[in-house]
Parts: sequence; C-alpha cells; structure tokens
Amino acid sequence: MAGEEYRKPLPQPSETSRPFWQGTQARELRLQQCRDCGKRIFYPRAICPFCLSEHLDWVVATGKGKVYSYTVVRRAMHPAFQEDVPYVLAIVELDEGPRLTTNIVGVGPEDVRVDMPVQAAYDDVTPDITLLNFEPLLGPEMN
Amino acid sequence: MTLKRAAAITGIGELKPTRNPDGKTTLGIMAEVSRLAMLDAGLEPKDVDGLLIGPPIVEMVPMWPSVLGEYLGVHPRYSNVVDIGGASAAGMVWRAAAAIAAGHCRAALCVTGEASDVETFYSPRARRRSQLPYREFEVPYGPMGVNSGYALIAQRHMFEYGTTSRQLAKIAADQRTNACANPDALFFDQPITIDDVLDSPLVVDPLHLLEIVMPCTGGAAFVVVSPEAARQSPRPPVWLLGAAEYATHMMLSQAPDITTSPIAVTAPKAFQTAGVSPEDVDLVSVYDCYTITVLITLEDAGFCPKGGGGPFVAEHDLTYRGDLPLNTHGGQLSFGQPGLAGGASHVTEAVRQLQGRAGSRQVPNCELAFVNGNGGVMSEQASLVLGR
Repeated sequence: MAGEEYRKPLPQPSETSRPFWQGTQARELRLQQCRDCGKRIFYPRAICPFCLSEHLDWVVATGKGKVYSYTVVRRAMHPAFQEDVPYVLAIVELDEGPRLTTNIVGVGPEDVRVDMPVQAAYDDVTPDITLLNFEPLLGPEMN
Repeated sequence: MTLKRAAAITGIGELKPTRNPDGKTTLGIMAEVSRLAMLDAGLEPKDVDGLLIGPPIVEMVPMWPSVLGEYLGVHPRYSNVVDIGGASAAGMVWRAAAAIAAGHCRAALCVTGEASDVETFYSPRARRRSQLPYREFEVPYGPMGVNSGYALIAQRHMFEYGTTSRQLAKIAADQRTNACANPDALFFDQPITIDDVLDSPLVVDPLHLLEIVMPCTGGAAFVVVSPEAARQSPRPPVWLLGAAEYATHMMLSQAPDITTSPIAVTAPKAFQTAGVSPEDVDLVSVYDCYTITVLITLEDAGFCPKGGGGPFVAEHDLTYRGDLPLNTHGGQLSFGQPGLAGGASHVTEAVRQLQGRAGSRQVPNCELAFVNGNGGVMSEQASLVLGR
C-alpha cells in the first residue's frame, strides 16, 4: 500500500471472527469445525448452524478451491473501488466445502472461468487487516 | 376461526441484562437467545420454520429475518418483522399462532435483542454501524450492491445449463413491448429489441444495462378483506387461492444452490393449495429485478424444466398478446422499481388483469394468475396464486 491511506470498507473483526483475520495475517485460511457434528463452517459464528453446538474449533484449510461463479464489476458502487474497475468479484467453493465471496487476482478478467482451480492469495491492505483473495492455482493441475 | 388453543409456547431463552454490550453484537445476542429457546423447546434449527423478529432499536437494518435465519441455519417458511414497539413480543405470539393455524409453519421462533447502553440509546449520532456478516465478509471485496449477486447467479446458470445472453435479453425486450401498452410505465413508448439489450453496456458481467432494474419513485397499495366484505365489493373480488413463503440465505455465498431458488419450494406449495398447476395459469406476474430472476422463476415454478428456461423464453411470446403473458405492465424492468412498490406492482397488475381492467394490454379471459415476490439475492420468496 506504500503508505497510502486505504479508503475501501474494512472488516471489523468481532470476538468471534478475530481468529479468521489473525489467520489471514499469518497466511492461513482458517475455518471453524464443529466438535459435535463435525461440519465445517464459514463465515465464523458463535454457534453451529447445524446442531447448535457452542464447541467450534478452528482448523487450517488448504486454501484451495474452485471458482463457483464470478462477475466482472465495470461500475463500482463504493467510490474507492472505482480505480479498480474492471475487477473480478467471485464466489469460491473451498475444497473443504464452504463458499465465500472474494476477488480473483493475478489474472485478467477475461481469463477467469467458472470451475477454474484457485488458491488463496493474501493482501495486507492495512497493518491490521489482511484480505483473503484468490489467484489461479499454480501447479501440475494447470498443465 | 379463532386462535383459541391454536398454538402454545414451549421454550424460552433470555439473557441477564447488562449495562452495556461488553463487546457483544446485536446479532450475537439474538443468536444466543435463539439457541437457548430452541434447546429449551428441544428443537434444532431444521425444526424451526417460522422466524419473527422484534427489530433492535439502535440497529435498524433491512431483512433481519434473513440475517438471523442464515446465521442460525434456520430456513423460515414464514418470516416477519413485528415493529410495534413494546408490544412487539406479545404481537409476535399471536402472529405466530395465526401462521401456524393457517398451516404456513409448525414451529416459529420469536426473537428480540438489543446491544445498547444509555449513551448510545439517547444519542442517535453515536449509533454504530451494524456489525453484520455481509459487512465483514462481502463489502470489503467491492460488490456492486445486489447487481453483482444476480450477475453471479446468471454466470453460474450459463455454466450449468448453457443459457445465453440473447435468451435473457428476450425477456427484457418482451416486457418492454408490454410497457409500450402501459401508459403508466416509466419506459412507455420506448420500444427496444433484443439487440438493443445486447448492445447496451455490460455493467456487471454477464448483465447488460437493459437487464437491470432502474430505481425510481412511486408507490402501491392494496386492500385485503374478509369473504363477507368481498361480497359487498363494487369490483370483482380477486381471491387468494394459494400462498407459500421460504427463505434460505442473506449472502449469496451462503445459498444452498445459487441457480435453484426457494421458489422451487414456494410455487409448488402455492399451486397445490390452489389445486391448479402452471399450465392452468393465464398470467405470470413475477418479480423481475433482472432478466435472470424471471428465467429462474419460470424454471423453479414449474413452467419449464430446470435448466430449460433459456430455450423456453426464446420459444414463447411473453407479451400480453402472446402464449404466456408475463409481466404485462412491463415488469419492474420497464415499469420501474419504486422501492418495495416495485414488488407490489406484480400484485396490482394481477388484480387489474383478473378484474378485466387492464385496457389495451388486457389478457383475454384472464382467470388465474401466478404472482411471485423475491427479496435479497433470490434469498426470500413469497409465491401467490390469485384467481377470480
């Protein structure tokens, strides 16, 4: 960010979600897993939405997944995103199951495809917040 | 019918009050008491199918039932925000009973919660922004409001079923033809072709400008009366023949399946209650914030097979003089979307057509209408069958 003020909306971690955002700072994609029913959960909650358990553990995910769907935003709604258009907003389905909203980076909007394999990419937008983006998966799968 | 013994309260959850939130959020508090009440009643989230909320005073946000339902894993078939101040809790009791008596749900969770203190409560400017999951996990990535959500739905639908932009554009063009027969439509007298839609700028791929609803000013109201009063009505009564409601998520990333909407649950139930099927319908009057919304609605309501919406809209004439009259007022895409009155326009147009006063766009012998209301990113759906 080279000292420039970050003007886009930032997440405000809560007591419940803080381990997730500490994870992105540490280059880890952390999910919750219910100790009672075993389901993996995203976004972070205080309660398992499957069985009401309060015993949720944090586990480290592979950070790999696929583009479930994507769009190219050509007109930003929040003015601070205007300098980025066109950019890719996507839903990624993690190999562990949960889906999340993110940006696809490291590839031009015209080269993004549904079902494309991707991996986590971390962006330290402020000293306190690291956003979770995704980029094309590098490795033998791409050959 | 009265509500005497129509329902009973079987569980409660409550927190000991504190002077200030101590780091708790409103959503967190509502989730906590919801959990306690469900456990007290011996219920799991999947057992709860009604969700009523007395909205928090210092955190006014839209669509509280979807926000809390998503968080808890509750998919309500009856959602309500009961906003009558201190009477809200008592008001929720009888509303829940009424919904249960009418067969719309079996177990309704009624929730209140507030994360406040004296300073916050009496100082409007100190009211903090709501700490909701979408602010934390979607907004930082730059969504274009719900536009980008529907774009994600359309893109996935194209991937799964081969739907094309030309097929989607046909919906917008046919509805504009309808608007050109409705002097009250925002885009009256401005016909467009499929190519005009495809040539309009891509705003949020794959959606073009003319596939996206335009916010505007307006309003709509209607009166619902008892059968006794209906018989005294100066106009032909339009009867509610069937209804159903279902909500599954707030954020699109949390939807069980983004190309199949809760309409797949609500429409069959509404048709079943009415004792009719999609092929009996004379008028389709369904929420159309985007072209893809209409396409998925037609599929999920059973007008065509799942995934077959693209060829279906290409093969059928959706205008008021066509074989499947759809959104004869122009739909919100061409009539305009004056806030929640946009959704109401599908009800008012169905009433006009069923009463035979739709003027030059009147559908001949219109006796049965399918109406659908859609909220969020195809998150919450209410389907109606209306008839003469």
